[in-house]
Amino acid sequence: MKVVLHIWRQSRPSTSQDFGQDGKMVRYELDDVSADMSFLEMLDILNERLTAKGEEPVAFDHDCREGICGTCSLMINGRPHGPERGTTACQLHMRSFQDGSEIWIEPWRAKSFPVLRDLVVDRGAFDRVVQAGAFISVNTGAAVDANAMPVPKADADKAFDAATCIGCGACVAACKNASAMLFAGAKVSHFLHLPQGQAERDRRVLNLVETMDKEGFGNCTNQYECEAACPKEIPVRVIADMNREYNRARIKS
Amino acid sequence: MTLQLDSKIPSGPIQDKWESRKFDSKLVNPANKRKYKVLVVGSGLAGASAASSLAELGYQVECFCHNDSPRRAHSIAAQGGINAAKNYRNDGDSVWRLFYDTVKGGDFRAREANVYRLAQVSVDIIDQAVAQGVPFAREYGGLLDNRSFGGAQVSRTFYARGQTGQQLLLGAYSALSRQIGLGAVKMYSRTEMLDLVVVDGHAKGIIVRDLVTGELREYAGDAVVLATGGYGNVFYLSTNAMNCNVTAGWRVHKRGAGFANPCYTQIHPTCIPVSGDHQSKLTLMSESLRNDGRIWVPKQQGDKREPGQIPEDERDYYLERKYPSFGNLAPRDIASRAAKEACDSGRGVGETGLGVYLDFKDSINRLGKDAIAARYGNLFHMYSKITAEDPYSRPMRIYPAVHYTMGGVWVDYNLQSTIPGLFVLGEANFSDHGANRLGASALMQGLADGYFVIPNTIAGYLAEQKPGAVGADHPQFGKIRGEIDDLTKRLLSIQGKRTVDDFHRDLGKIMWDKCGMARNDAGLREALKEIPALREEFWKDVRVLGSADSLNQSLEKAGRVADFLEFGELMCRDALERRESCGGHFREEWQSDDGEAVRDDDDFCHAAVWEHKGPGEEPERNVEPLEFDNVKLAVRSYK
Repeated sequence: MKVVLHIWRQSRPSTSQDFGQDGKMVRYELDDVSADMSFLEMLDILNERLTAKGEEPVAFDHDCREGICGTCSLMINGRPHGPERGTTACQLHMRSFQDGSEIWIEPWRAKSFPVLRDLVVDRGAFDRVVQAGAFISVNTGAAVDANAMPVPKADADKAFDAATCIGCGACVAACKNASAMLFAGAKVSHFLHLPQGQAERDRRVLNLVETMDKEGFGNCTNQYECEAACPKEIPVRVIADMNREYNRARIKS
Repeated sequence: MTLQLDSKIPSGPIQDKWESRKFDSKLVNPANKRKYKVLVVGSGLAGASAASSLAELGYQVECFCHNDSPRRAHSIAAQGGINAAKNYRNDGDSVWRLFYDTVKGGDFRAREANVYRLAQVSVDIIDQAVAQGVPFAREYGGLLDNRSFGGAQVSRTFYARGQTGQQLLLGAYSALSRQIGLGAVKMYSRTEMLDLVVVDGHAKGIIVRDLVTGELREYAGDAVVLATGGYGNVFYLSTNAMNCNVTAGWRVHKRGAGFANPCYTQIHPTCIPVSGDHQSKLTLMSESLRNDGRIWVPKQQGDKREPGQIPEDERDYYLERKYPSFGNLAPRDIASRAAKEACDSGRGVGETGLGVYLDFKDSINRLGKDAIAARYGNLFHMYSKITAEDPYSRPMRIYPAVHYTMGGVWVDYNLQSTIPGLFVLGEANFSDHGANRLGASALMQGLADGYFVIPNTIAGYLAEQKPGAVGADHPQFGKIRGEIDDLTKRLLSIQGKRTVDDFHRDLGKIMWDKCGMARNDAGLREALKEIPALREEFWKDVRVLGSADSLNQSLEKAGRVADFLEFGELMCRDALERRESCGGHFREEWQSDDGEAVRDDDDFCHAAVWEHKGPGEEPERNVEPLEFDNVKLAVRSYK
């Protein structure tokens, strides 16, 4: 099959003064794409061709290519990770596109995720949110027997559903406010439903919200675009969990 | 033999060795710990657990990873589970049985004392992970659930759906993040280690490349901990993530660290088959699927009927037939070879004939579709995304693929390499899995090394060092940095015709054809001619565009493939010299009448430890004899 690609090319990192002014969309054609190829394999082929022609290949982030590491981060035709629901860009296959399609590929667009080059962005802000409190403070060696504290299966399943977040940033990219509330909410919800998470419950949510704001992420205005874009289909109830926890903690403090 | 291979195994009964090492080892008192700096390279299960645990103890820790976040290390992709000798099922499990299964599973080529310690600390790992909030699967009573994995007849595998690696890594990452937030760990993401700095025989620092700016930087420390994973990507196609590489392990080898058993590679039996030349990587379907899936091929050669059209009595459930007591849960090396044999005999399925069926029909009839979806939903989803087939209604097609590497940097019982001050953890070392790793044991080993072993053993080394004795201003740092700079300039100056991937694909083909699932003398000798020729061509004709002072993914790859082109040769050499079959190393010349591996315990009951002798020189093969005092060497049978 044949595809026409329009890809964001940017040679230097964006800064607070320079939001990638040298960047632009560049058109490429590929006319021998197989429907069984993954989307990233299609980009591999483009890069091989560009290198052969002496043009620098397109930089894009990717690693596991099985939908779990959360490294790939492509806005495809205006949707994070492309058209398939519950699917990362690396698990997207060319059979999802029609022959002759034009495809627009951009990096995540959010102030908190500055572009480093082409399609590569810096998601360090997510790490800093986690560092602010998305953990249980237990030093190695200080644990009691794993079965000493039973957790009802329904609670464990709820915690698990939130914990499947891969930290890719699609939620932020999809949101018109570039809000990280689905991401942070998933952390709050994960620990909220486990007995081990109770001791630090108040401190955790206050610190996470404060860090989110400091990193420049916007607020939630209930559009649910994040849920629709999330490749792991994290439900927006985690945002409700976080809001409830936040109010509770504020009232107590 | 010139390498000093003192395994430093404590004396006494095997049950007491770890306790006695912890007691004998020198300690660093709490007030002095903060004076020592430890550099941890890698942030997967082993690296993240080591970095966080060392920081909790009070050491200054700096941690480096090439990913954009420590959370993305490839440990995250492990699916099925983690073993622990908890015996929560009351089914006869014990530390001793996990030890025995692991030694036997490794075809009696692992170090007994290390394996015993691994089984001992396995129970603590589960406790630690649960305390961190890792959401393992639970039963309705609220207690932890277990399942079975290959090579074991007990249910000792803890799991979190098909995402156990993800959940355990996020647990370790959360512990690491806590220490970063407290300022106890300095984290450097998108930073790749390119060399080790050895001063007066001791590891004293590393040279790294900042992958965003391209800058080379020096970091000095009192010890270096390597947790940089395995080398499966030497095959080009593997289940490893695209950026996994051997560079750190290979470059410390070139600085003097012995490299043990590079020929021990694990070919995992259940992966999605290759579909075309464009393929960039292979995807694993967890071994846990063999709890409920049955593996078969048609009895007739060239039977092209749809699987549903082939009646029961015309199917060969070959694992159940050949290994009745373990059935579909035969260990990985055995299941892989059996699949190859079925396909080689013309009974493979799918367009290429390189595939066998993994069929869930009976389990779905017995348990219902919902129960199967609850256990393996994400795997079935992944399979249907990649193949556009529905595994609930049609059996999966699977084929073996490169998955894990048991060989690695040689370490003693304290996880210290032949370079004092350089410690190696997780898949990057060689010690615990012998010639074949059992399922759900990689997560166990990575976390055992990081959470429980290194925090205890590193003190014994540090206590004898003067903290901060060597700084990054030592001339050795500048010298090695200059060498890396030259290498980078050389790669960028070739401006040949072929891309890095092109060379990598060619190397992968040589390795898979001649050093893959089955190896023989003639093939290995050919490979030993072809690899140096390919390497020479690489250095004449590779094309790496862009500059050294920017984010340049082609340059990153070029350095890694250059190392694979050297490492692949050592692997083939090791495979040639090991004139026996054991575990994942199958030499066609050494097999029984029914095609099982035949070991040679008289001549090869040892670890082969290679010593680098300089460019263009033949490496030297040293040996560490393996002694089995607690397990009797036996023919490994799963019949």
